[in-house]
Amino acid sequence: MNPETKTTGGFEPKIVAFVCNWCTYLGADLAGTNRLEYPANVRIVRLPCTGRVDFNLLVKAFEVGADAVLVSGCHPGDCHYAAGNFHARRRWGLFRELLDTLGVDSRRVHFSWISAAEGAKFQKLVTEIVEKTRELGPYEDYKAIVAEK
Amino acid sequence: MENQLRNAIRKLLEEKTVDVAIGYGRVGVGGAVGAVFVTDPSEVDRLVWNAECRQNLAVHLSRPEVKALGKPAIVVKGCDARAVVVLANEGQIDRENVVVVGVVCEGIQGADASGVATGTLLDKCVTCVEHAAQNVDILIGDAAKAAELDAANAPNAKTAGKQAKLAALLQKTPEERFQYWRDEFSRCVRCHACRQSCPLCYCNRCVADKNRPTRIDTSATLKGNFAWNILRAFHLAGRCVGCGACSAACPAGIDLDLLNLTLANAADEQFGYVAGKELGAAPLIGTYAENDKEEFIR
Repeated sequence: MNPETKTTGGFEPKIVAFVCNWCTYLGADLAGTNRLEYPANVRIVRLPCTGRVDFNLLVKAFEVGADAVLVSGCHPGDCHYAAGNFHARRRWGLFRELLDTLGVDSRRVHFSWISAAEGAKFQKLVTEIVEKTRELGPYEDYKAIVAEK
Repeated sequence: MENQLRNAIRKLLEEKTVDVAIGYGRVGVGGAVGAVFVTDPSEVDRLVWNAECRQNLAVHLSRPEVKALGKPAIVVKGCDARAVVVLANEGQIDRENVVVVGVVCEGIQGADASGVATGTLLDKCVTCVEHAAQNVDILIGDAAKAAELDAANAPNAKTAGKQAKLAALLQKTPEERFQYWRDEFSRCVRCHACRQSCPLCYCNRCVADKNRPTRIDTSATLKGNFAWNILRAFHLAGRCVGCGACSAACPAGIDLDLLNLTLANAADEQFGYVAGKELGAAPLIGTYAENDKEEFIR
């Protein structure tokens, strides 16, 4: 067993990362081939484009026990489909406001641009998110509504 | 004004400009006001106009059974008129093929549990600055009076009514807000009246009804209620015109339109976009600008 599991009192945050096929997924791949170590807490879900990241997927991730989510794609102007990330950006800007009004913990929803060359950025960001979520603890509020029948 | 409305509709029907007029009539239990569909000019006296005309009739425009009746004329208030504009902008109706009869609305009153008017104006009417319906073909009523009412409401349009409720909610901590919605959504029975009453929830097959795979719990679990209400609100982002039909239809009395209002405010603040203001406007989501704000993206 990983010795770190013991030191944190058993809680290991689950992070779901929705990443695009063309940039962030390759960034994560680069982190791997460069042997840049990042926590295994992140579950990567590969989608064609951030424009495909339906907000329902974020809700679903929390429903199935995620403690934080990350959505990441190509930098503006780099989208494989020319404008998918621009569309996504506008949607997130509004979706964050809705989550805020609902009282969903905004410290658990992360957005980033990571290119195929930014393996190190992926490693750094994921490590940071995992550490931050570890401090926040399990997302009890959402787990409670899931548990209630 | 009621007679003026009836005469205008009679003329439209007699001259065969339209095949059916969608208006308000006393059709419900105890004379409650609901939608009537008048096809015969001799029946225009069924139409009424008063402070109990709560429904947004635009919901009927995209229904196939109503489309089958032929070319419609529709009676709209200021808020409802914006919904007609969005329907036209989204290609759901052919604006040339609908006669929009706007009325000057001096505000709609709430109803008690038995449907009797309470005498107090609805929250949306307190902040209304479109007492005369815009983008209409015919306007019934006194436009000068409407302008007066608009001017009276204008200073409070961003602070009174629903805006005040939303502001009070946003004053609370995120934990308190989550608890608030948890309490509210726990009463939701998933009747989907919010969806059915909304003129802009017109999908033939709603994602909430799909069960292969199940996207959203079909039964009224708290988890499913959260997912459904998030979905409903966000599918109306940049589209909701704030008519309040969803909240009015909710049998559990949940202030659903607070969620829509928060998105409408965000659309206005971030992009200067007001849904249903302008015929031919591009949809907010579905277009983009290269300089959209992104300080939240790392």
